[in-house]
Amino acid sequence: MSDSKKHSHNHDDHDHDDDHSHWSDMELKVKTLESLLVEKGYVDPASLDVIVETYETKVGPRNGAAVVAKAWSDEDYLHRLRQNATDAIAELGFTGRQGEHMQIVENTDDVHNMVVCTLCSCYPWSVLGLPPVWYKSAPYRSRAVSEPRAVLSEFNVELPKETKITVWDSTAEMRYLVIPKRPDGTQGWSEEKLAKLVTRDSMIGTGLALSVDEVSS
Amino acid sequence: MNPPNLKSLDGIVLDGDEPVFSEPWEAQAFALVIGLYEKKAFTWPEWAEVLSTTIHSDEGCASYYELWLKALETIVMKKALSNKEEILARETEWQNALIATPHGQPIELQNAYKS
Repeated sequence: MSDSKKHSHNHDDHDHDDDHSHWSDMELKVKTLESLLVEKGYVDPASLDVIVETYETKVGPRNGAAVVAKAWSDEDYLHRLRQNATDAIAELGFTGRQGEHMQIVENTDDVHNMVVCTLCSCYPWSVLGLPPVWYKSAPYRSRAVSEPRAVLSEFNVELPKETKITVWDSTAEMRYLVIPKRPDGTQGWSEEKLAKLVTRDSMIGTGLALSVDEVSS
Repeated sequence: MNPPNLKSLDGIVLDGDEPVFSEPWEAQAFALVIGLYEKKAFTWPEWAEVLSTTIHSDEGCASYYELWLKALETIVMKKALSNKEEILARETEWQNALIATPHGQPIELQNAYKS
C-alpha cells in the first residue's frame, strides 16, 4: 500500500489502497437509526427484510434483463460484454457504485455458472436490483460453495450430470452477471420480448431463463 | 392492520403501487418507516405530515429518500424513540466499526471495540 496516496472516504471512487470499509453518509444514517430502533425493540429486524421483499420488485432485475436480451440478440454487443462488461453495461445507461466492476459468465450446455458472495453480500444492485434475502443468508453463502448442486435443486434447477457447475465468489472488486442460456424457440424475438424471459435468479445462476411456455401461459 | 396508503405521501414516486428505489439504503429507510408504523410507533397521517413538512422546508436539492430519512430522524426524536445524543454517539460507533473492518468483511458494530 502506498503511504503517499491520500485516504479517500468517498465511497464512489473505489480506492483500494484504502483497505477498510466505507459507507456513504446516507448508509451511515440508515444503519445508525436501524441499529438503535432494533435495539430498543421499536422495530423487528426480521420484519424489515420482509417489508423490503414485499415492496421491492421495481428496482428489480429489469436492467440486467435488458443486458442479457441484448447479449442474446447482438453478437457485437456480446463481444463487447466479454471484453469489458462494465463498459458494455454502461452503454445501456446502467452504472452504479456497486455495478462498477462487472464480468459476465456465460451458461452453456457444458457449464452452469452460479454467483455467491461468501464474505459479505456483494451484489451488482444497479444491474440486478436489491439482493434477495436468501442471497445474504449464511447457509446460502456457505452451501453454494460446498454443495452447489443441492442448492440448485432447492431452487428447482436440475442440471444434467455432465453439466459442470462453476461457482463465482463476488468480492468488493468484482461482481458477476450470469448470462443464462437463451431458451429454445425464441428465434426472431425482439430484445424487449426476450428480456421478459430473464429472471433475477437466472442472472445469479440459481435459476434458468423462463421457457417460451412459461411466459405464454 | 391495513397496509399504509403510500399514495397519501407527498412527492412519492410509485410504479403502480410500488415505490421505486435507486439504492439499497433507500429501501432500508423505507422499510424502517413501515416497520415503525406496523409497531404503532406513529400513525400514518402523522408520518405523512412530518414527511410533507420536511419536503416543503427543504431549500437544497436533496433527493426524495434523503428527505425521507431526514423526516424519519425528525419523527424518531418527536416521538422520543431516540434523541440527538444517542444518534450522534451511534454514528461515531459505526464510523469506528467501519475503520476497524477490512474491506469485504461483514461490518458489525462490535468491530468498533476490537483493538
